[in-house]
Formats: sequence, structure tokens, C-alpha cells
Amino acid sequence: MSITWHDYPVNGFYDELIASDGTPREGAGSLLAHLDGLTETELQERKVAADAAILSMGITFTVYSEDEGSIDRAWPFDIIPRIITLREWRQIERGLKQRVQALNLFIDDIYHAQKIIKDGVFPGELLADSKNFRPECVGVNPPQGVWAHVCGSDLVRDKDGAVYVLEDNLRVPSGVSYMLENRQVMKRVLPELFEDYAIVPVDDYPSQLYHCLASLAPTKQRPNVVVLTPGIYNSAYFEHCYLAQQMGAELVEGGDLLVGDDDCVYMRTIEGLTPVDVIYRRIDDLFLDPEAFQPDSMLGVRGLLRAWKKGNVALANAPGAGVADDKVVYTYVPDIIRYYLGEDVILPNVPSYRCINPTERDFVLANLDKLVVKPANESGGYGMLIGPKATRRELKAFADLIRNDPRNYMAQPLLLLSTAPTLVDHQVEPRHLDLRPFILSGRETYVTNGGLTRVALKKGSTVVNSSQGGGSKDTWIIDWEGA
Amino acid sequence: MAMLSRVAEHLYWMARYLERAENTARLINVNGSLVLDLPKHARPSWSSLIAITGSDELFHRDYPGTAAEGHVVKFMLADDANPGSILSSIRSARENARTIRDIIPREAWEQINELYLNAKKNLASGLSPKWRYAFLKEVILSVQQIAGILDGGMSHDAGFEFMCIGRNLERADMTTRIIDVRCATLTAEQNEALKPFENILWMSVLKSLTAYQMYRRHMQAAVGRDAVLKFILKDAEFPRAFNFCLHEVRTCLSHLPRQERPLNALLPLLGQIEKAAPEELSQSALSHFIDELQIRLGAIHDAICATYFRAQDENKDIKYDK
Repeated sequence: MSITWHDYPVNGFYDELIASDGTPREGAGSLLAHLDGLTETELQERKVAADAAILSMGITFTVYSEDEGSIDRAWPFDIIPRIITLREWRQIERGLKQRVQALNLFIDDIYHAQKIIKDGVFPGELLADSKNFRPECVGVNPPQGVWAHVCGSDLVRDKDGAVYVLEDNLRVPSGVSYMLENRQVMKRVLPELFEDYAIVPVDDYPSQLYHCLASLAPTKQRPNVVVLTPGIYNSAYFEHCYLAQQMGAELVEGGDLLVGDDDCVYMRTIEGLTPVDVIYRRIDDLFLDPEAFQPDSMLGVRGLLRAWKKGNVALANAPGAGVADDKVVYTYVPDIIRYYLGEDVILPNVPSYRCINPTERDFVLANLDKLVVKPANESGGYGMLIGPKATRRELKAFADLIRNDPRNYMAQPLLLLSTAPTLVDHQVEPRHLDLRPFILSGRETYVTNGGLTRVALKKGSTVVNSSQGGGSKDTWIIDWEGA
Repeated sequence: MAMLSRVAEHLYWMARYLERAENTARLINVNGSLVLDLPKHARPSWSSLIAITGSDELFHRDYPGTAAEGHVVKFMLADDANPGSILSSIRSARENARTIRDIIPREAWEQINELYLNAKKNLASGLSPKWRYAFLKEVILSVQQIAGILDGGMSHDAGFEFMCIGRNLERADMTTRIIDVRCATLTAEQNEALKPFENILWMSVLKSLTAYQMYRRHMQAAVGRDAVLKFILKDAEFPRAFNFCLHEVRTCLSHLPRQERPLNALLPLLGQIEKAAPEELSQSALSHFIDELQIRLGAIHDAICATYFRAQDENKDIKYDK
């Protein structure tokens, strides 16, 4: 017997599979009993089989190195799944739909009448300094009135077990291909577990994505949908390829497309120029069109914004959608939901302090060593201050940054992220994790069944990014009451 | 769905570079063995290999003075500055393959990657005369293996046709280059000493194209200038004969859309080669003839680029879906 669950150190965190008294949580019993029944060698064999499957399936992320060009690293995967009951998930799903619906109404309002500002719910001055507000997009009417077609929201669970939204990624969120591949690997490696459980399948995501994208060209019977990638050196290139293949869409680079004199978008093929109706773009706004944004961008397509504004092509996500992905705007999301939908907020935000507000700023400055401070527009954990781990000099430097540019900062208490049992060097130990579900908005709204669980493989770490030692787990939404 | 021009272009160049690496490897091997067969006073200079690949200028810039065996082999095999060296060709093939990894079979990509990594790793042995043969043979076999994987594992769709065109144009080009240089070396007035060994030199021409065995079977003739020229330029069945390669290109084009412009460049050349009697030409007339073939090959390449790879911006021949 390799795992003795009563020795498993829950350590005051909320563990996803094991309650603080050492008993399995709802739905986790069979899984833990099964893992318990495997010898250490057997467990290790499964781990090796999973790694081999990942290699042979070519599940990689790309790290660029000067010497060898781009290197594909195998995706680090933990074979112990993370379990969420369907009952809890339905609640989260409703919360995500509510949130994304409100965010889309917000973005549309911001680029039109700005009623929310006029009604005094959202401070207009925030837009003036917003890095992701695009004045070029004012007055544009994207199909279905939707701006953020693909949203990846990061969820975390605090020590009390409550689920919070940590942030919304409305620009080009990635990771969904790993969610899909993780399930494939899991089915190969521990097939017997699937017999004990009613696990909700995840694999209709590509067809849902296609459906969502196609709905953006409502007048076309068979719209030409393409995936626009920055190219092979992008760390998410695997995902771009994967989604294009799964949807049966063409994977294109900027150089494959052009905007004609008729302001329509075409792709260069051996048969000549073929019209393009919908572009699932995985390039940031500023690189999308050298005519409208960064003039030196080699990745984009000259005139693309022009074609989009005329309604000749749909872009997903729409340019400018990132205005709502600002971390200071994030703090207003509960207000945004109440304002547009008149509903109570289902999924709470992590409590946040806005440095732009003098009282909250004073609180933040006085408690800097206890808080996490985030800049408005960085992603991937860059430019953050983790107060309890910072040196006195770092705290001082950050206090100055906040005083000089309060609009650019918000602060949150340090969350004690939940953990789950993870196989590390032949041992099962708790590791911190989060969850990124993906929400599709087109004519209809769809939420992935679960999402990508990212796990910090380093002991005590809460950094889950794959580039910084993060891995992932399969996420099971189990129909417990039905089973 | 129509194939992207970029993808077609990468497939075309990937095949051309792989073929170039293989041809260059054969050329070096055959030359090495030829030199050993000839007495010292009659040995042709290694510089003929430089002339065949059309890189005299570059070579003499980087290796001024004599074309010693070591320099020539290093230049042709491993030189980064020589875009036609085996290593550069393999690297270019790999760069082209990398961006179309979702198009070609996974095994093919892995094999191309491995070919590059192995060639880089074993370069030193390729440069020593003792191990050179083994190194080059490895390159040749790997390229053949890749061709096999692609043939057996990839749909014979438009993309496949572009690879096939690239490979055959490269082959046809190499065949003309070899004839050009060997004939020049062999003209009696230039090299009296080689006269007694003429047949050995013609044999080496055949061997550079792996044509020796097939030549014997099909021509049933002694190895000599007239029959060799006829075989490697006009034969319709040997895969490295100029005529055969062009027929392959024509077949590929017939499966592609909008083939009119490239066919207009190709068909006159096919007619010309079928009518030609190269064996009857004097040395200078042959040299002129070969020059003409090469210019026309270039025109076919240009027509393919213009039609499929980057024409659309100029033409604006927009195709609308229903």
C-alpha cells in the first residue's frame, strides 16, 4: 500500500479530495480507495505510462531557445484527478455565464453610450488610463453584440472552501487544449476508474467552439473560419494547431491573409484568394493590424480592423474586449453584474481594494505586508507584489509605485489556495491548484465541463504557470447523485 | 478546402532541399571513389564539384588558393556559409518542415529532425576520408526513408504534388549540372591525360545519378558519351533522367488547379528534350544546350512560384465561394 491517507498532511488548507479529518470528500472515496489499492510500483507505472502517452500524443508547450530554435517540452501532468461534484459545478457554471454575459454587456456599453459611467456606477476616468481600451473600437457593432467570445476565468478555492473568481482573461486565453488532452491521457492510464464514476465528458469543446465562431457569420451557410496564430515560436502554438485541426479550420499566419480593395479578408491559397468570414485570432490586439495599431507588427494583417469595422469579417475575440480584463476593472465586476442584469452575484470576486480610492489606498499602504498587489494590465503573474514574502525594500518600492500611479494597482488578501493530492517523486503530497474554465459566447453561451486544473508542483508554491514549474490535472465533474 | 500558398511553398522547398542534400552526398561519394580509380597525373580536381553546384565564387572567397580535397569536402558537406552544403540543405529542409508539422506525417517530421541532429553530431566523421562514405550513405538512406514515409503516410493531395514537383525539379537540375561539368572536364583538347580513362569518367556520371545499374540493363551498351547522354537526358523510365523528371512534374501539375501558366513553361521544354539528339552535339553545342535547359527549368520554377506561392497580390484573381 503506497498511500496512507490519514498521514496525508492537510495542513490547514482546504484539500479538494480529503477533508480536514482525513476522510474523503464527497465523490472522492472510490478514487482514494482505488489509489490506495495500487502498490507504489503500480502507481509509478501509471505515471510513466502517462508521461509516455503525453510524449507520443505530442502534447507540448513551446519554449524558445537560441540554439535549437523552438523546443517542445512535454506537458507536465499529474495522474491524480481533481474532483468537483456536478451539483457544485452547476452553480459555478451559472455564475460564470452570469459573469461573462454582464462583461459582454459592459464592453458593448463602454464602446457605445457608456451608460454605466453616466449612471455613476463605473468611474469614466479609469478608461482614460486603460491599456486595453481601444478608441478605434468605439461605435463598432460586432455580430450578436458579443465582444469576448472566448473567456478563460481563473477560479480559486480559499481555505473556507468557497470558490472565488481570481481574474477573467478576455484577450487570448489559452490552455483548453490541455484540458482536452488531459482527459485523453487519463482514459488511457487509469481506464478502470471511469467505470466507477459517471464523469461528464469534456470533448465536445472543439465543436462548441466551431459552432460559436460560425454563429458570428450568420449570413453564410458554410462560413470560412480560420485560426490566426503568431507562428511556431509562440508558446501556445501547439494549442493553435490542435484547435484548428479539431475544428477542421485552416491554421493561418498573418502573411496568409490580406485585405482586398473591397475591405474583405482573403487567404492566399493555391487556387487563388479565398474569402475568410471568421477569424479566431490568437494574436494580441496591438499586433493585429499594423495599419491600426503597432505599425511594425509582422504578425498581423494590414487593414484587418477596417474590414472588421465594416462588418466584413468577424474577429474572436473582438479587438478592445480586453478593456474588461483590466485588474482594476475586475474589482467592479460585482457592480457590473448588478447594474446590467439586476441580479445577485453568484460567483464572488476575491475581496479587493482599489488603490484609486483614497480610503482603500490608505488601507493598502498600511497593510502592504499582508496583501497581494497587482498591476492592472499584466498577466502571467508579472509585476506583482506578494506582501508577506516581500523584503522591506520591495515593500517600500511598491508603496511608491502605488502612490505615483494609484489607478494602476489593486490589492487582495493573500489567499490560501486549496490543495489536492499530487504524485511528486513517488510520494503523494498536497499541492496548490486553481481552475480555468472556458466560457464561449456566440448566439448561445457554453461553459466547459470543468476546465484546466493547474497545479504548482513545487512544495508550498502557488505559481501554477507551466513556464514556471506548473503542471496540470484532469478535472472530473462527477454526477454523484446520479451514480 | 484549398491549400494555403504558404503551406504549398514550404512543402515544395522541403522536398527540394532534401533532394539537394541527397544529390550532394552522392556527388561527393562518387567523386571520392573516382579519384581513387585514376592515376595521379590524370586525377580531376575536386573543384569540379564546386562547379557542379555553381558555387565557385563563394568557395574561392572563403578558401582562396587551391581546391584541396579537404577544403572542397568541408565546403560541400559542412559549411554554414554555403547554402548548398549538405548541412545547410538539411537545416533548410527542417526549417520548412517545422512550420508545416500539422500537414506532414509526424514520423516524417521526426525523421527530418533526427537527420539534422545526427548530421550535426557526426559532422566530424563526415570530414575524415575514412568515415566519409558511411556518413554520406547515412544521409542518403535517411532522405530515402523520409521519402518513403511521405509516400506511404501522407495523402497524395495537392500538398503531395508540390513535394513531388520540388523533388523532380531539383533532380532535373542536378542532372544537367553533372553533365555540364563532366563534359567540360572530358573534352579531349583540354585534358589529353584523361582520354584513356574516359569511360571511367562516364561511369562516374552514371553513378552520381545512381544510374549505372539501370543503364546497363536498359541500354545494353558499353559506357560511352553518346549512350550515357541519351540515357540520362532522354530516358522515359529512369527516375533521375531529365525527361522522366519533367514528365513527373507534368503529371503533378495536371492534378493542380490553375496549371496553365506552369504548363506553358514546361511543355516546350518537354518537346525540346524529346526531339533533341544530345549525342550528336559538339562539346560547345552541348554546353550551350545544357545552359538552355537550365534556363528553362528556372522559368518553370518561376511560373510555379508566381502561380501558386505569391501570385495573388498582383493578379487579384479573386475566387468567390458560392
